[in-house]
Amino acid sequence: MVMLGSLAAPSLLGETLSSGAINQAVSIPYALEHFGVTESDLRKVLTAALEKGGDYADLFFEHSFSNNISLQDGAVNSAHSNIDFGMGVRVLAGDQTGYAYVENVTLSEMLTAARTAARIATGTVSAKAPVGLTEKTIGHNYYQVKTAWDEIAIKEKMPYLQKLNERVFALDNRVIKVSASLGDSTSHILFANSEGQMYYDYRPMATMVAVCIMQDGDKVENSYASRSFRMGSEFLTDEIIDTMAKEAVTKTSILFQAIKPKGGEMPVVMGAGGSGILLHEAIGHAFEADFNRKNTSIFSSQLNKKICNANINVVDDGTIPFNRGSVNIDDDGVEGQKTYIVREGVLTSYLHDRISAKHYGIASTGNGRRESFRHMPIPRMRATYMEAGNVSEEEIISTVKKGIYAANFTNGQVQIGAGDFTFFVKDGYLIEDGKLTQPIKDINIIGNGPKALADMTMVGNNYKMDNGTWSCGKDGQSCPVTCGMPSALVSKLTVGGES
Amino acid sequence: MITEENKKLAQWAMEYALKNGCQASRISIYYGSNSSFEVRDRKIDRLQQASENSMSIQLFVDGRYGSYSTNRLDKKELEVFIKGGIEATRFLAEDKARTLPNPSRYYKGGEPDLQLFDARFDSIDPDSKVELAMKACDEIMGKDSRIISVNTSYGDGKEASYRVTSNGFEGENSSSYFHLSAGVSIHGEGEARPESYWSDSSLYFDTLQKQGIGTTALERVLQKLGQRKVASGKYTMLVDNLNISRLISPLLSAMYGSAIQQKNSFLLDKLQQKVVGENLTFMDEPHQMRSFGARYFDGEGIATQRMPIIENGVLKTYFIDTYNANKMGVEPTISGPSIITMPLGTKDKEGIIRTMDKGILVTGFNGGNSNSSTGDFSYGIEGFLIENGKISQPVSEMNITGNILTLCNNILEIGNDPRHNTSWKIPSILFKDVDFSGL
Repeated sequence: MVMLGSLAAPSLLGETLSSGAINQAVSIPYALEHFGVTESDLRKVLTAALEKGGDYADLFFEHSFSNNISLQDGAVNSAHSNIDFGMGVRVLAGDQTGYAYVENVTLSEMLTAARTAARIATGTVSAKAPVGLTEKTIGHNYYQVKTAWDEIAIKEKMPYLQKLNERVFALDNRVIKVSASLGDSTSHILFANSEGQMYYDYRPMATMVAVCIMQDGDKVENSYASRSFRMGSEFLTDEIIDTMAKEAVTKTSILFQAIKPKGGEMPVVMGAGGSGILLHEAIGHAFEADFNRKNTSIFSSQLNKKICNANINVVDDGTIPFNRGSVNIDDDGVEGQKTYIVREGVLTSYLHDRISAKHYGIASTGNGRRESFRHMPIPRMRATYMEAGNVSEEEIISTVKKGIYAANFTNGQVQIGAGDFTFFVKDGYLIEDGKLTQPIKDINIIGNGPKALADMTMVGNNYKMDNGTWSCGKDGQSCPVTCGMPSALVSKLTVGGES
Repeated sequence: MITEENKKLAQWAMEYALKNGCQASRISIYYGSNSSFEVRDRKIDRLQQASENSMSIQLFVDGRYGSYSTNRLDKKELEVFIKGGIEATRFLAEDKARTLPNPSRYYKGGEPDLQLFDARFDSIDPDSKVELAMKACDEIMGKDSRIISVNTSYGDGKEASYRVTSNGFEGENSSSYFHLSAGVSIHGEGEARPESYWSDSSLYFDTLQKQGIGTTALERVLQKLGQRKVASGKYTMLVDNLNISRLISPLLSAMYGSAIQQKNSFLLDKLQQKVVGENLTFMDEPHQMRSFGARYFDGEGIATQRMPIIENGVLKTYFIDTYNANKMGVEPTISGPSIITMPLGTKDKEGIIRTMDKGILVTGFNGGNSNSSTGDFSYGIEGFLIENGKISQPVSEMNITGNILTLCNNILEIGNDPRHNTSWKIPSILFKDVDFSGL
């Protein structure tokens, strides 16, 4: 079989990636050769997967290679690279799933995996005839690369981290340490299913993180800036370095003036951008259709009902060019799309994978995603954001007599059934008499999803996507996502703080 | 598991790296296999099975360092991979602190087997595994009219690693695990569907708790009915043995060499100083037989030993690996703790509750984070209001906020009930004057 052991892994697709959508007619034969399999092999494995009477089977081949370089104490002095290669077989019988994967992609190992996954069905006779495979046309390429990561050497990446380090130190003489890292990964995906669909996808990802540690007198504080896009090495620009350096320094320096607020229930103004974490936690997860088909989400009975202010429109979008959460095609074989989950205050759609779409008798929304060939796809968010409203941020803040303005966030969590969600505010401000006053830091905010949504009374006109390195964890799988928001007022949330 | 062939491949990879321009290297080979059966409402919902192999290659080239890993273990591919790694590493900045450890610190072998692997692993009948998940489900199904959905799962796995370095270390580990869990969702007030779970894990199949997991999960979710937030204020806080590790973990994170070297630790320059209350002592006891976390050597091959971490409130050690020791010019210790233990008190959680006039028992965290430079934290919580020695009200949607050092200076009582199916054997602990935010 054709294999690629090199760190500089294959530039599979020079011509097919050059313009517009991925040319499946050219790339599929190349991908088959790359994974060392033939269409005939795929049909045999799919047939074996269905031999106990499963309804559906798919094969997911993945070859990913990732590189990371990091800077500490002024020098780019550490590198890491990883190669991951394998394929997974999934069999569905109703809403039950059998899954097995192999790293050694030979016909005999794939057949063994297929028969393991097939055991989810309990029949004894072959229920499906072998399928013919045809190339699926994918209409768009939302992450077309200009220069693939394997075309640039480590020495060309290093100066960007060095510049980032220099800029951060130059911006504030209280900076005592900077650490920074640059990661890139490229995945080649070949998918085939028992419905006869076959596609190839090329998935690039770039991430950069800068951590800044500053000392002021005897106080030390740290914060960070991060950016991530599905891009090739054109990701690396002086502009991104400048923006990140300024952001890391600004976010760290404000912490020296910041206090912990007095805790309790109060109005919270969510700043534009990373506040999208509220949508992700408060409603996004609870809209994932696996929870709803099992009736375990607090929103399970709310479809087509008005759940919030008519000015609120919330989208989960897999089609934003170069966005970290975008998918040309999901890992279920469904094209990436833009899905309104709340329209004019009404819950209009859950986020579906193949299993839940079948359960509800509708088309999938293209949210079936998986971490790698080691995992089965499940409903996941992509880029989740609220569309802009019609008031200015100043106007929103001016309505609050005493409350909190939440600016930057690190993490969040939700209990799907109870609806309680939280997010951690790294920095923000007190609002007193309609104005931002004292900076605040390091507080958790907790609320209940449906209540918080119903309490969202004003939506700003300053929508912003946060392109940080957001990763979402669910069922032991990590998935790249993003979130975005205009500024918005939630009239009541419980803010952590001193008593 | 690790075969002789795997070992030879690791040794070959090391020799190959040394012959091709690398002056020192550490090679590890990992093997893992796992299977799981998930049951939903008495029907198998998911079955999964897999095994995997990978190699990690750490290269020290001309005073520079890179690490490379792959699951492609074909020699021809590895040759290209290793040569590529050496070439890439040469581009990096020189870093004299990157060295292999002094070989005198390596584990030399000869100690008794830690008994982390169940020899019965491959002989357990798959049907009996499914049956365990089914039985856990049976303990819940039909027991309450408010039940919406029951998910239970059985999982097991075995893993092994082999490690060799160019300055004389060779070591091997293997272990097994077995896991049984149950989760249940019920109708609560309005649209709320509270959920809870319970589980057990064990290194040995025979010692895995097989009965009562489902029953406990159901009890736990029923106790949540009627959760409310209560008034903000300072409360005495009891954190149960399931959640205490999460609360304590920032204290341990602040002891790592990487945090100290980057001056990003609230325990910087605090060695041998009293940092928390005198009633707090943590020991690292790496050699407990049949325990999660037991090991004779760390990831660098350094021999582990029993040692105090915090003794009567005094910080006794940092966790300093070779790299950070070289960078700071200090003696290395160990890269991290293995099994954390502490002297136990006399009461379990229930016994401590009986002594509380008023306070909050924390039985779950919901999000939150801490600041590694200052030790400030803020976490979402759920649990129970305690009044007059009894549970009076389930609570949720509240935050606790404070500083980890202040918190650990305010320990009122340490319980006697650590969980044994984990490597941090920390019991329920009672703290005074904790800021809760609610109404």
